[in-house]
Amino acid sequence: MNPEQVTYKETLNARRLLCPLPVIRTQDKVKLLKSGDQLEVICTDPGVMQDIPAWCRINGHKVIETIIHDNEYIIVLEVGG
Amino acid sequence: MSEMGKQRKAVALISGGLDSMLAAKTVMAQGVHVEGINFFTGFCVEGHTHAIREKDRARPKRNNSLWVAEQLGIKLHIVDVIEEYKKVLINPKHGYGAHMNPCLDCKIFMVNKARQWIVENDFDFIITGEVIGQRPMSQRKATMPIVAKESGADDLLLRPLCAKNLPPTLPEREGWIDREKLHDITGRSRKPQMKMAATFGFDDYAQPAGGCCFLTDKNYSAKLVDLWQAQGNKNYELDDVMLLKVGRHIRPAAHFKLIVAREEGEGRFLQGYKKDFISMSSLSHAGPLVLIDGSPSAEDLYLAASITARYGQGRNAELVDIGITTKEGSERTIQVKPFNLEDMPKDWQL
Repeated sequence: MNPEQVTYKETLNARRLLCPLPVIRTQDKVKLLKSGDQLEVICTDPGVMQDIPAWCRINGHKVIETIIHDNEYIIVLEVGG
Repeated sequence: MSEMGKQRKAVALISGGLDSMLAAKTVMAQGVHVEGINFFTGFCVEGHTHAIREKDRARPKRNNSLWVAEQLGIKLHIVDVIEEYKKVLINPKHGYGAHMNPCLDCKIFMVNKARQWIVENDFDFIITGEVIGQRPMSQRKATMPIVAKESGADDLLLRPLCAKNLPPTLPEREGWIDREKLHDITGRSRKPQMKMAATFGFDDYAQPAGGCCFLTDKNYSAKLVDLWQAQGNKNYELDDVMLLKVGRHIRPAAHFKLIVAREEGEGRFLQGYKKDFISMSSLSHAGPLVLIDGSPSAEDLYLAASITARYGQGRNAELVDIGITTKEGSERTIQVKPFNLEDMPKDWQL
């Protein structure tokens, strides 16, 4: 991903939420973004490491990065077209 | 099948189980554009709901509805219905099942939500994986027309797995799909579905025959009823229903209960609630995090500390130091003798 192409990057706090709520919050947030925008989702439920990438695959979005740090699970995704 | 070249569109209620997967696939096979919808009530069971517990970490953590959608190659819309679902659970017109499961009202509610969704999104009809005789409360010959009528979906509701046992729906009558290619499954046997799954090449699927709701669980339902009795009404918040899934719940009196983490995973989960509850844990020995729900007196806190000591490594010690933290974060320590579990009335343990 060329950084110059990023038009917007937002962070979603989905800590303490159990799946599928982080997916639902991500889904709702992505509706407000446009193609090419990036969204960083910060979670504490390890289930997001499967669910958010799966949701991205079926809905045409792209996972840019996943990070596990200090019992937090961070997923950065790029909104598809 | 299309009429006058128009691509027909259907939304399938996807629970994550086999039946809804097969129902959606049956309609997709006829050239209809299908997207999935899944409703989150707060009571849905998923692999990682259990995976809060350390011992379950090795279990598959997939969300089955997302997984099914991926297998089918369709979009899935997950809808948060937590608030709206309260009126279904609190006052179900058709009553509860064996436990606190309002299955028929739940089905009517979800089909109604799907009905609203197809109007808003310009879709043509609704698909469910219902099978006549599959479930004792919600999937009987007599309930099929009730769901269609009371949801407002009427003949826009297609059940591909048992359609031949029901009157033709609008998609069939209009020729959007071929009724002859639908099915006539009845009863609780899973063999027809398994055979159909093999035909479609599905060799991996979630629990045949459901079990996707905590409200069908006897122990969970008992804890929910206890919550309602203790607070004097049937209201609840999402955190309430989440916490009922976690820990050992002990209620020594109507005005307070303990939630005792059973292991490290639950302890980590309960840590997130320390600002909402009085919490306690053993300082002199290893032991679980315990949340105190309700309005305990000083004497109640002493009893709770004693029970907390019992569930830690100091259970056989003469005295155990218990740290108590208020919601505001102030801390103090008391020394207690661990509670003797043999003295604990059975009805304290929910």
